[in-house]
Amino acid sequence: MSDDIKVEKIMDLKGLPCPMPVVKVSKGIKEVEVGQIIEAQSTDPGSLTDFPAWARTSGNEIVKTEQDDDVIKFFIKRTV
Amino acid sequence: MTDFEKQLAEMQAQLEALRKQAPSNKLSIIAFSGDLDKALAAFIIATGAVAMGMDAIMFFTFWGTPLLRDKNKSAGGKDTMGKMFGRMLPKGTTQTKLSQMNMGGMGTAMMKSLMKKKNVASLEDFLKLAEELEVRIFICEMSMDLMGFKREEMIDYKYLTYGGVAGFLEEAQDSRIQMFI
Repeated sequence: MSDDIKVEKIMDLKGLPCPMPVVKVSKGIKEVEVGQIIEAQSTDPGSLTDFPAWARTSGNEIVKTEQDDDVIKFFIKRTV
Repeated sequence: MTDFEKQLAEMQAQLEALRKQAPSNKLSIIAFSGDLDKALAAFIIATGAVAMGMDAIMFFTFWGTPLLRDKNKSAGGKDTMGKMFGRMLPKGTTQTKLSQMNMGGMGTAMMKSLMKKKNVASLEDFLKLAEELEVRIFICEMSMDLMGFKREEMIDYKYLTYGGVAGFLEEAQDSRIQMFI
């Protein structure tokens, strides 16, 4: 676990295929304040390219990516 | 006015003109196909665009038009051709078929059950999601007229407008991405 990261909100997106993880995260990130971090858990392998692309385009920041077994965890800081 | 001031004013005017021409962060899709798979792609891209912070607008024309009919609505006063088109074309998203491997409906049924199993949203789900995400939908009047569709038989959708090619081009001109599906 990432003890150094304070997670404000966890989003369980496991089992959801494209485009749902990105659609849901784009809505979910607006529910925390700028500067706060959400943890998005996805099992969609496409997320590994989609989340960074989404972050670059929307201007948010992925501070850390973890992968254990099938679950990919993105720690995303709301920056806009 | 000195020469310098004149040049400055000229440059400002040019900059303003350029700014007006710069496309917005917007996606315009022409949804021409009435096939399940292609319509699915169109909806995935449109809803994905909103997630990326873009505005999205979908123009339904030709075979895409019948996807926006409401299966629970009907319209009277149609001529023979209108009635025929009405019967032969899909009435809403639930009646769409795959563009390939339809196999008399068997392939489409298999794909739909597979989509359910794999949690892939259906076209019906995508229409709802698109409305939630404020994706604008534009229906081509000419296609409606050609196929004998009336406005009263089309779906209720919050961001729905009817129009023609000029309406599309105005939006497309101002869009960073344009697609034809």
